[in-house]
Amino acid sequence: MAMVTIDGRKVEVDAGTTILNAAKKLGIDIPTLCHHPDLAVQAVCRICVVEIEGQKLLQPACAFPVQDGMVVYTNTPRVRQARKVNLELLLARHPQDCLQCVRNRSCELQALAERFGMREIRFEHKLRGLPEDHSTPAIVREPDKCILCRRCVSMCHDVQAAGVLFPSRRGADTVVTPVFGRGLDEVACALCGQCIHACPVGAISERDDTERVWQALADPNKHVVVQTAPATRVSIGEEMGLPPGQIITGKLVAALRRLGFDKVMDTDFTADLTIIEEGNEFLKRLKEGGVLPMITSCSPGWIKFGEHFYPDLLKHISTCKSPQQMFGALVKTYYARKAGIDPKDIFSVSLMPCTAKKYEADRPEMCDSGYKDVDVVLTSRELGRMLREAGIRFEDLPEEEHDDPMGISTGAAAIFGATGGVMEAALRTVYEVATGSELPKIDFEEVRGLKGIKEAQVKVGDLDVRVAVAHGLGNAKKILDLLREGKANYHFIEIMCCPGGCVGGGGQPIPTTMEIRGIRGNALYEADRGLPYRKSHENPAIKQIYAEFLGEPLGEVSHHLLHTHYTPRQKYPSVAKAVCGEAAG
Amino acid sequence: MEFYRSHVLVCGGTPCVLEGCKGVRDALIAEVKRRGLDREVKVVETGCLGPCDLGPVIVVYPEGTLYQKVRVSDVPEIVEQHLLKGRVVTRLVGEAPQAGVVKYEEPTYLGVQERIVLRNCGVIDPESIEEYIARDGYRALAKCLTEMKPADVIEAVKKSGLVGRGGAAFPTGLKWSFTAKADADQKYILCNADEGEPGTFKDRLILEGDPHSILEGMAIAGYAVGADKGFIYVRGEYVLSIERLGKAIEQAKALGLLGSNIFGSGFSFDVEIRKGAGAYVCGEETGLIESIEGKRGEPRIKPPYPGTEGLYGKPTVVNNVETIANIPPILLNGPDWFRKFGTERCPGTKVFTLTGDINNKGLIEVPMGITLRRVIYEIGGGIPGGREFKMAQTGGTSGGCLPKELLDVPMDYFTLPEHGSALGSGALLIMDASHCIVDIAECFMRFFEHESCGKCTPCREGTARLHEIVAKIARGEGKPGDLELLDELGSVMQVSSLCGLGQAAPVPIKTMLKYFRDEFEAHINDRLCPTGTCGI
Repeated sequence: MAMVTIDGRKVEVDAGTTILNAAKKLGIDIPTLCHHPDLAVQAVCRICVVEIEGQKLLQPACAFPVQDGMVVYTNTPRVRQARKVNLELLLARHPQDCLQCVRNRSCELQALAERFGMREIRFEHKLRGLPEDHSTPAIVREPDKCILCRRCVSMCHDVQAAGVLFPSRRGADTVVTPVFGRGLDEVACALCGQCIHACPVGAISERDDTERVWQALADPNKHVVVQTAPATRVSIGEEMGLPPGQIITGKLVAALRRLGFDKVMDTDFTADLTIIEEGNEFLKRLKEGGVLPMITSCSPGWIKFGEHFYPDLLKHISTCKSPQQMFGALVKTYYARKAGIDPKDIFSVSLMPCTAKKYEADRPEMCDSGYKDVDVVLTSRELGRMLREAGIRFEDLPEEEHDDPMGISTGAAAIFGATGGVMEAALRTVYEVATGSELPKIDFEEVRGLKGIKEAQVKVGDLDVRVAVAHGLGNAKKILDLLREGKANYHFIEIMCCPGGCVGGGGQPIPTTMEIRGIRGNALYEADRGLPYRKSHENPAIKQIYAEFLGEPLGEVSHHLLHTHYTPRQKYPSVAKAVCGEAAG
Repeated sequence: MEFYRSHVLVCGGTPCVLEGCKGVRDALIAEVKRRGLDREVKVVETGCLGPCDLGPVIVVYPEGTLYQKVRVSDVPEIVEQHLLKGRVVTRLVGEAPQAGVVKYEEPTYLGVQERIVLRNCGVIDPESIEEYIARDGYRALAKCLTEMKPADVIEAVKKSGLVGRGGAAFPTGLKWSFTAKADADQKYILCNADEGEPGTFKDRLILEGDPHSILEGMAIAGYAVGADKGFIYVRGEYVLSIERLGKAIEQAKALGLLGSNIFGSGFSFDVEIRKGAGAYVCGEETGLIESIEGKRGEPRIKPPYPGTEGLYGKPTVVNNVETIANIPPILLNGPDWFRKFGTERCPGTKVFTLTGDINNKGLIEVPMGITLRRVIYEIGGGIPGGREFKMAQTGGTSGGCLPKELLDVPMDYFTLPEHGSALGSGALLIMDASHCIVDIAECFMRFFEHESCGKCTPCREGTARLHEIVAKIARGEGKPGDLELLDELGSVMQVSSLCGLGQAAPVPIKTMLKYFRDEFEAHINDRLCPTGTCGI
């Protein structure tokens, strides 16, 4: 333990605690910028500097460990001057177009400028004049806004193991960039969007597709259908000013209707369908000696990462499309036929917690309905923008139900949005389909929670099924490396690209921290407990679609509409723009 | 990218600037153009090429021909003969700079200098281990391994009062004791030979002139702290140093003075060379470590310090070349002998590189605490043409600039900081009264803008802004408030930058503002250069 004095008040903390955290215990909020609670210490912005008695230099509170007897001052003239000059230096190099910026009012630099009462910048306003990157359908980079805090670098390397973004050049020319200034489309970027959550400013953001949706909504000839992803029902509230972890499914449905969507249906329906298809695929692989372990395929960031870095392991990935793409394929076939609407008039929108979903929807093979299966993917943040613009207030909304038939779902589908959820949902169904008897206990606690890699063993009939769950690509990499070495002794693996699973997706509200990911995940498990059906195979709408349309799991129609294939990719891919229905070059 | 058959590199280091390299550069560009060669030959101003005492220096590639003391009047001949006809202009080639440029024959040198570090430079053949051994080489190592315990070695170094000669002046024995105490399966000794400070070339000359003394010193350090592996991180441009070190390592291994079980003591030690790629910041110890690990050359956050968590996360001693060169004589002759030189607070000698407006340029070794006046007028032979002294920059480009009022301040690691300057690496740049202070400031600040690694805000942005503001003043575009802003920004950089680069970068401008403020004010208020030499 160490007793330290901060601004004249004593506090006892563990030796090695940072000054920042010690001060927090005293209720002192030292300003930070490059600090992020979930990421490696950077200590580069020098905003959090403090004075330590006996030291000539100021030290960064975010990094400097306390020692017993240390005396710290957080607000001396020297400290205040250093913070303000360093902030001034950053502002002088930053576009001052806050009003037009995607991060207006959620920008940490802007908040600091407000906090410090910056009224004057004495240095010449000079931008670096770097080109923007609009090369992918998912993520936009505006390097001129970058303040070089390197949080995205830590996220991309330490957490997501993609290693796409890093600092290049030096001095005032320093820029965080993919290698050789390439676009994100020319490197092995998973498009997970976690860098967006790391970014304190508007240097990285999602591609905004709201205008295309507004246009479709305004077009009387379009039948606009929206699907809502599992994780969005516990996060959209944050866009509307509610605290994290509120289950707002009913209000979300009502809000989407008020925006003008003709049908509000649910990705949870196709999440249940995924479980039926994927569960049967797993049982088939088990029975027929197929490639094991089988890995889940719902997470498009993981799929792209796998295609770049583990092309040799693609045969392990389930051929099931993600719920989003199953929905897209069905809405322009099954639903169109049922509703008597020409599929060309259907405009299919998905509400997703995810940036990689934008890329997935654009993959050339995702046109099995004969049309682009999903026309536009909106992230949670984009929908938040639309709802606020439309003046829809959650507090005034009633709770409404999703539309039939693709709006009926189970608790198993709801938990898809949390790490371990797909595995748990699959186990609930696989057990009962394989054994024909009821699960003794429906909750698989071992695969829940935020531990990086989770393992469990489940007795299904005579077989001990060994499963593993990884979330965040860094954790996924550990398991995939084992698999490559032949040391992954599992039957079934769930991989989710983003830490915490889809509740922590790159399209989710800002801020998204580990703590918030956990809260949203818990809300999904709460939603699961409150639903009448909690196993995918018990969903009556699923039984109906097999009876009316699909025939049987893994059948011919399923094969055509619900399953897909993967494409080995290089780490430095050359860009081949393929359009819907054509093979990528 | 365009391709040229030939590149002419003009050294743009500070000493060469003082020698008029800009005129040479401009003349080269003009002459190349006049001859219609501008699509074939590219003239490039580079950073310091090293031989600061031979400036202005230019190198013509692809041949790699080094021309020294090039004047504007030499330019037509170089272009005509070398670039057009392919003939080397032999009268401008001279001999390659090597160890021992000091002129021994002058009695004043012998009178004042004490040669501990340079004891072998210019005396022995650096490529002969036998000659090194003949001058007591490897005896100190033998003594340590056979007669002393590691703790005794550290104690002796502590007692000697030796402090680091790279610039930070940290007590060497204390540094070693941290690593010795650290519990680890692997420890390292790193020799910092990434001498990047413009105007400093002492490490190069030590490495070229006496490479074995470095190997011996490193092995002693390894024995003291329990490390069996060493790396010498050498500035990549120091081709001759690298070559001679490589030979020295081979020779020492062949004789069993490096390798396993040295002198049958059970102690093993190996040394490898690592070449730097030209980044100034890699001279910072943690930047150097990152570079050896193959990463982007950037400093780490401290703590943890390298002594406990350094190369590959293992306890690591990082010592400068000159520091290590002091080790064998200290162990051989004892700490009391060492303390006879220099001052009480700062025992020993200091190697200085004398550059600028001074008659005898080159390398000298003098007792710590000698005054600037004695160095300039007794050893340096005074200022050419008997011109008036204006200022001396001590410690390299990141050092302070001292006016004539401070000529009698003793130069050591503790006194100079009291006057806003630093002893640093030991570079001494002398300037006479003909130079414009703003011009010089602009040159210094441009250097730091270029060399900042870009990691922390105050250094990355601050170095650029210091340069921007000074450049404006130099162009006659300064405005009231600029000097206060320079002062304030400089102070913030000094206390809040992540590493020594950003902390030291404002030192020259701060001291210039302190001692030569009126000259800046004349540029701003009167749009006038008091020396009448700058372009305003």
